Amino acid sequence: MAGKSEPIAGEHVAIHPKAGQIQLALVAVALVLAVLAPQFLYPIFLMKLLAFGLFASAFNLLLGYTGLLSFGHAAFFGGAAYFTAHAVKVWGWSPEAGLLLGVLGAAALGLVMGAIAIRRQGIYFAMITLALSQMFFFFCLQARFTHGEDGIQSVPRGHLFGLIDLNDSMNMYYFVLAVFAFGLIVIWRFVNSPFGMILKSIRENEQRAVSLGYSVARYKLAAFVMSAALAGLAGGLKALIFQFATLTDVAWQMSGEVILMTLLGGIGTLAGPIFGAGLVVTLQNYLATSDFPVTIITGVVFMVCVLLFRRGLVGEFFASKLGRRLGFRAQS
Amino acid sequence: MVLSARGLGKDFGGFTAVNDVDLDVEHARIHALIGPNGAGKTTVFNLLTKFLQPTRGRITLLGTDITRTAPDKVARMGLVRSFQISAVFPHLTVRENVKVALQRPNGLATQFWLPLSALDRLNARADDLIERLGLAPYRDHRAADLSYGRKRVLEIATTLALDPEVLLLDEPMAGMGQEDVQMVARIIRDVATERAVLMVEHNLNVVADICDHVTVLQRGEIIAQGDYATVSSDPRVRTAYMGTDA
Ligand SMILES: Nc1ncnc2c1ncn2[C@@H]1O[C@H](COP(=O)(O)OP(=O)(O)OP(=O)(O)O)[C@@H](O)[C@H]1O
Ligand SMILES: [Mg+2]
Repeated sequence: MAGKSEPIAGEHVAIHPKAGQIQLALVAVALVLAVLAPQFLYPIFLMKLLAFGLFASAFNLLLGYTGLLSFGHAAFFGGAAYFTAHAVKVWGWSPEAGLLLGVLGAAALGLVMGAIAIRRQGIYFAMITLALSQMFFFFCLQARFTHGEDGIQSVPRGHLFGLIDLNDSMNMYYFVLAVFAFGLIVIWRFVNSPFGMILKSIRENEQRAVSLGYSVARYKLAAFVMSAALAGLAGGLKALIFQFATLTDVAWQMSGEVILMTLLGGIGTLAGPIFGAGLVVTLQNYLATSDFPVTIITGVVFMVCVLLFRRGLVGEFFASKLGRRLGFRAQS
Repeated sequence: MVLSARGLGKDFGGFTAVNDVDLDVEHARIHALIGPNGAGKTTVFNLLTKFLQPTRGRITLLGTDITRTAPDKVARMGLVRSFQISAVFPHLTVRENVKVALQRPNGLATQFWLPLSALDRLNARADDLIERLGLAPYRDHRAADLSYGRKRVLEIATTLALDPEVLLLDEPMAGMGQEDVQMVARIIRDVATERAVLMVEHNLNVVADICDHVTVLQRGEIIAQGDYATVSSDPRVRTAYMGTDA
């Protein structure tokens, strides 16, 4: 293996001296585009994109940065959608309070599911999360407040802080954009923090982390809960955007979809899941009007992408010479 | 006595890898565990550090029974090990590797809201250790890019960063050049003045040189104990282990 002290071939591409500034500029451009986008595209489409982008980013916090493959994230996304929808519709809560309840509810679900699953490894972890989320699905199917097959319909968007009317689609768009940005900042901080450093070391060498005295399971559980909470934020947003919460959001297909988005874009990169979500949502939008079966097409696209770009679209870019020269680095 | 085992045993299915091992590791002493390949040395380490649950026997660390304690807890109690197959965090730099070890005892492991720069105050302590172990020129290299011997040195550095009461080193000098062997031997002797060291070592010159006490293991059982002179003159040891070597 690396039995010599020479750097591994291809590892050392000199990082551009202004890489930091270029990265910042790219973020600024993305921000400007996001602010201007509703002038050119349907706000509802853009909001869907942002909500799923946040969902995939939350999922990536677990898969990409903790190394755990959950097959149950629909429970957090869809669960939060129900909680938020119920709170604002039945209890008349404000949208921000409704979202907060969604986040807390998803975090609580995450704590329970995580506590049960976290000591399992690999495929067993995925299977247990799937089983638990299916239990939650059947709970939602039976529970009264979710209204079974009908779901919770005509959820009012209400007024943000009692002031800003979210029924105005521009207001709503900028609110969603702000929440999305907040979610990403939280993820970024989480990953680049003292805690994130320990997560990284656990991913790199779990045994060694244990031997240094880290209770690995607790760190993983904390990451799981954080990921669930942020998936809940995305789910709550979704309920406000589309003004309904249904069984689709808690179904296992949703868990599969978010895996697909994340892998398509590239795990362990901040931008990857957002691009992946964008791709899937766009595809779904175009195909919705055609006769093609959406799932088959997305499945084929997925397969082609995975075969051609093993690291995902953004992941491949990061790993390319240009990407490395700009100082990008995927976690793996 | 900081660490002791009584009647320690481990079965893998029907195979007894370790049987009836009594071991006493004392403060400020270097204790060597030697024996031919497959004798069960690493398994004993895994049992003592609780990475494996013993089938039989008791283990006491600093007066506390740890027979059923979790491995991370054992580490926090002051028993820290290194691994036979070098265990570093490959994509972290040398300095980051050491800092990961420093984070927990310094209460900087759980803050998910602080920037990474919060860890800067561990730099001085980390650099001290890095310097001491001759890794200063490689401080900002990723661990994966180090030579095998330097990875081992780095692992020792991260282990020492925890300032453990008891240090378990599994073949710390394997794969090192002569110069590094000398340096590591010196460091082990240094740190052993204020803590207990138990080490597995194949290099008998090193064992003769720095170890105060030697336990010889063969097929999972202890066949001899004592200082190096006593053990090396034991006929059983000579035939079982050193016959080929000395
Ligand atoms: N997890 C395991 N499952 C089954 N058998 C094991 C396991 N771990 C170790 N063994 C067996 O136990 C015996 C002792 O192995 P161990 O690794 O402890 O030897 P060792 O003295 O460290 O050898 P070496 O000098 O080669 O490192 C070997 O026969 C090995 O195959
Ligand atoms: Mg061994």
